[in-house]
Amino acid sequence: MPVATLTEIPVKKQIRIALRNCGVINPEKIEDYIVRDGYFALGMVLSEMTPENAIGVIKDSGIRGRGGAGFPTGLKWEFASKSMSEQKYVVCNADEGDPGAFMDRSILEGDPHTVLEAMALCGYCIGANTGYIYIRAEYPLAIARLKTAISQAREFGFLGKSIFGSEFEFDIHLKYGAGAFVCGEETALIHSMEGLRGEPSLKPPFPSESGYLGKPTNVNNVETYANIPVIFLKGAEWFSGIGTEKSKGTKVFALAGKVNNVGLVEVPMGITLREVIFEIGGGIKDGKGFKAVQTGGPSGGCLTEKHLDTPIDYENLIACGSMMGSGGMIVMDEDDCMVSIAKFFLDFTVEESCGKCSPCRIGNKRLYELLDRICTGKGEMPDLDRLRNLSEVIKDTSLCGLGQSSPNPVLSTLNNFYHEYVSHVEDKKCQAGVCRDLLEYFIIEENCVGCTACARACPVGAISGERKEPHLINPDTCIKCGACLEKCKFDAVILR
Amino acid sequence: MDRVKLTIDGRAVEVPAGTTIYKAAKELGIDIPILCYMDLKDLNIENKPGGCRICVVEVEGRGNLASSCSTNVAAGMVVKTNSMRVINARRTVMELILSDHPKDCLSCAKSGNCDLQDMAVKLGIREIPGQEYAEMSTYRLDTSPSIIRELDKCIMCRRCETMCNDFQTVGALHAVNRGFESVVAPAFEMNLEHSPCTYCGQCVAVCPTGALTEVDHTSKVISALNDPTKTVVVQTAPAVRAALGEEFGMEPGTRVTGQMVSALRQLGFDYVFDTDFAADLTIMEEGTELLGRLTRFMEGDEEVKLPILTSCCPGWVNFFEYNYPEMKEIPSTARSPQQMFGSIAKSYFAEMIEVDRKDMVVISIMPCLAKKYECQREEFSVDGNPDVDYSITTRELAHLIKQANLDLAKLDSDDFDAPLGESSGAGVIFAATGGVIEAATRTAYEIYTGKVLEKVDFEQLRGMEGIRSAKVDFDGQEINIGIAHGLGNARKLLDDVKAGKSQYHAIEIMACPGGCIGGGGQPLHHGDASILKARARAIYAEDRDKPIRKSHENPYIKKLYEEFLGEPMSEKAHELLHTHYFDKRKKIFQV
Ligand SMILES: Cc1cc2nc3c(=O)[nH]c(=O)nc-3n(C[C@H](O)[C@H](O)[C@H](O)COP(=O)(O)O)c2cc1C
Ligand code: SF4
Ligand code: SF4
Ligand code: SF4
Repeated sequence: MPVATLTEIPVKKQIRIALRNCGVINPEKIEDYIVRDGYFALGMVLSEMTPENAIGVIKDSGIRGRGGAGFPTGLKWEFASKSMSEQKYVVCNADEGDPGAFMDRSILEGDPHTVLEAMALCGYCIGANTGYIYIRAEYPLAIARLKTAISQAREFGFLGKSIFGSEFEFDIHLKYGAGAFVCGEETALIHSMEGLRGEPSLKPPFPSESGYLGKPTNVNNVETYANIPVIFLKGAEWFSGIGTEKSKGTKVFALAGKVNNVGLVEVPMGITLREVIFEIGGGIKDGKGFKAVQTGGPSGGCLTEKHLDTPIDYENLIACGSMMGSGGMIVMDEDDCMVSIAKFFLDFTVEESCGKCSPCRIGNKRLYELLDRICTGKGEMPDLDRLRNLSEVIKDTSLCGLGQSSPNPVLSTLNNFYHEYVSHVEDKKCQAGVCRDLLEYFIIEENCVGCTACARACPVGAISGERKEPHLINPDTCIKCGACLEKCKFDAVILR
Repeated sequence: MDRVKLTIDGRAVEVPAGTTIYKAAKELGIDIPILCYMDLKDLNIENKPGGCRICVVEVEGRGNLASSCSTNVAAGMVVKTNSMRVINARRTVMELILSDHPKDCLSCAKSGNCDLQDMAVKLGIREIPGQEYAEMSTYRLDTSPSIIRELDKCIMCRRCETMCNDFQTVGALHAVNRGFESVVAPAFEMNLEHSPCTYCGQCVAVCPTGALTEVDHTSKVISALNDPTKTVVVQTAPAVRAALGEEFGMEPGTRVTGQMVSALRQLGFDYVFDTDFAADLTIMEEGTELLGRLTRFMEGDEEVKLPILTSCCPGWVNFFEYNYPEMKEIPSTARSPQQMFGSIAKSYFAEMIEVDRKDMVVISIMPCLAKKYECQREEFSVDGNPDVDYSITTRELAHLIKQANLDLAKLDSDDFDAPLGESSGAGVIFAATGGVIEAATRTAYEIYTGKVLEKVDFEQLRGMEGIRSAKVDFDGQEINIGIAHGLGNARKLLDDVKAGKSQYHAIEIMACPGGCIGGGGQPLHHGDASILKARARAIYAEDRDKPIRKSHENPYIKKLYEEFLGEPMSEKAHELLHTHYFDKRKKIFQV
């Protein structure tokens, strides 16, 4: 999706920090970035601040990681700076594996220098001279722009030896990911960088103690980095003035689904879902009713009407049974079947589980199978208890964040839309009309003229009725091929 | 070291900082169940992927459960290992693992010896909810000369991977594919046969399930025994007698030499012989070769390459042929004792009893899986007739004995047959790391110095350290000896040799931990390395009890040279007892 989608969305209620330059500057010209105060923060920090002071600024700003977990960035930098080692690394996590997410890509394509500047700042703070950007190979434009930006920055002396005439030396290289979702998890990412199988390992040790090649490594997300230079320029106090008590600044969301305006939005923490969906997003498409919103990517939870006025921040989303994740936001309307939605997301996690730990490897598969049974009319009431228990155990026992969150779509839909599960299981009905196996072909008596076209089309002879009399479909014989619906010229055959 | 106080299941315990919850609980006698975790302490091998999640416990103040095998204690921690939440989680995880595991326990090679089965018993699993519609992950069956991989039964504990990579540095097995399809396999999902696998069998030795097992030849042995036209000869490797008892419930380290001979006789073998005899023969050949090379080296012959490497371990030979083919002139050319035995049995002994070699079946009982492959090597056959027909493991022998309704413990002791059943103590210690070189030293010393060796026990060559070095005084001439067990350790010594940095005159290498006593065909140690030590003690005790402890003093060996071979390294000896090596690197990954 082109960066241009940004401008199509109403800017009201939005604050642009991470996206401040996107669509505004020419990302291939370092001069454009410099004109907008680019590399000023780096120059200022190198000449005026000790690493400790600079880390203090980040801590005071209250910024937390935008990659999902929301860990305080200043604290992370402090850990890395205190880890004793000759060699340390700064890593930018640009794996962006959430389907439908493109905030990191937009930043890298629209404003690559801000990430480079932030990584150099981080290098100064923690005492590292080498940075790596781990980027998925499927982002060729972002890669090209990063390459251009890196060579420009080297030319201008913002990367390389004695930056701004100081003793500080820093350079950045690219590493390419093969696009596995779990490779975005920081330990898996580091293993992948090392050429090993991209699977997570237990923490501790955290990367800040033992990361790339066993050296202290600071891993941050693209969007996190994009905030850093501005924090130095405008001050910690300014930044912490935005947002809620525990979640400062802004968050970029990829608004998608059944809303009128889709695309990236950058909003202050503390904004409500209602404001995002109805004011910025312009409400539900085609005048339909709002049903749910899923935040946090494939393993986020589905929130409902009752959550619409909750201020969005890390803690609140978790309390509602979802999470911030990397900022996916998918809106659903009355035509969406929540059981199918849960199954859809589980399908993704089953594909993306790395296979290392048993609850995630096998458990998610079993969750999927249960959901599939329910969607195809084979579900029984005890299956719902099993779904819940399995979900809870998978969350409770999985090794990494993927398994620890993958049941969220199931649990949140069980909690918020239990009645839909029950009607799938007990009445064998899918109210939203999504689960094909639960639908039946039905002839509306009033519309039927008795032309017999349907009866002649039916390959299994499931339709009976006298000529010129309303016809009837025998649901036990019907194989749901849809031939009757196609043949009927009077809109008498429906799926219900 | 700092000590940390914590509470586990309501009881206080104090342990050194850095201890895991699992180990801290052990101090209190609380046995948290583990499945993938494996700690082979003496070998410095720990498998700790934290993958099975069976060992989870509740830690107060923590959001999710913690895997106790891999979570360190912290001061003031309050841990519960048996709360409702933990028990439910553990059972549910176990049910999940079982839901993706075949249910053919009754006919599985590991039945009764399977960690997964034991865990199901321990956790009291009675049903697997939803099994009727649970899809199972499947993988093709892979059969190689030594090992069968039946990965439908793999639980992804990764123990095999740890052994093959960290301990052996062979790198034949890695986790491949993702999610539900994950398995452990050679690169490009080749069959094991086309991988760098050495058939050391250490992966089989630690696999908790029936996913990795040996190729079973017991039925072929039974057929041979029941074929009246065949003379069936059996040889038993030294390590077998120190471990076979474990299969019959005896304490590790119980020697069962005599009962084993008795059992073999009752099974119907026509001649019950001892590989130890061939070990003595190996010493004659290898020792002579060593002395020859050493003498020429001392005299300044530049063509002579040192160190000389032992060659009696076929897993090690495979490793060498794959990884260091450019140095294939360095190992001794002496065949392994198994093959020396086969060769002598089907020539010298066959002539003696006037049986055509085609009518003789030689079976070997080995602690080893690589021997299954070794006896199939083309160079060890005559006109397509192999010197050793079938090699079976200690475990397979135990099955044979049980099938014959024999209880090893209740059998009387019996003696090996002559002439190929007589051995010295030197032949016995071949079973333990350092034993081959000690045996060689006993003989080489006397031949080199012309003096009688007063003290035959070379304690400095024994032990469990992965790499050991020792100096032996040959009457003023100092001999530097290196010893490695485990191929990772061997690699370190070999890299030095390759770089021209090695100071050794001779190096002994065995592929398995502890030497053959820890072979891939031995009764499973289930992660308890102390069992290996007990077996080593048994081996050295057997050596001590032998009236003859030097190979060259074995009267039957002397007779063999007098009547048949002539001299060590004679032409005939070369033909029957020596071999040459191949460059196998080219063969890898070629199908
Ligand atoms: C399954 C999984 C996938 C993840 N994918 C990403 C990702 O694509 N990008 C990202 O920045 N962080 C991702 N993370 C989070 C990282 O592990 C890590 O917390 C983050 O990169 C730290 O940066 P931050 O503190 O700036 O957020 C993922 C985590 C998990 C468990
Ligand atoms: S939770 Fe899933 S992705 Fe994470 S380690 Fe376990 S199997 Fe791999
Ligand atoms: S037999 Fe040895 S070398 Fe082969 S896969 Fe197993 S551990 Fe690796
Ligand atoms: S093959 Fe055996 S040892 Fe290897 S991972 Fe599977 S179960 Fe574990």
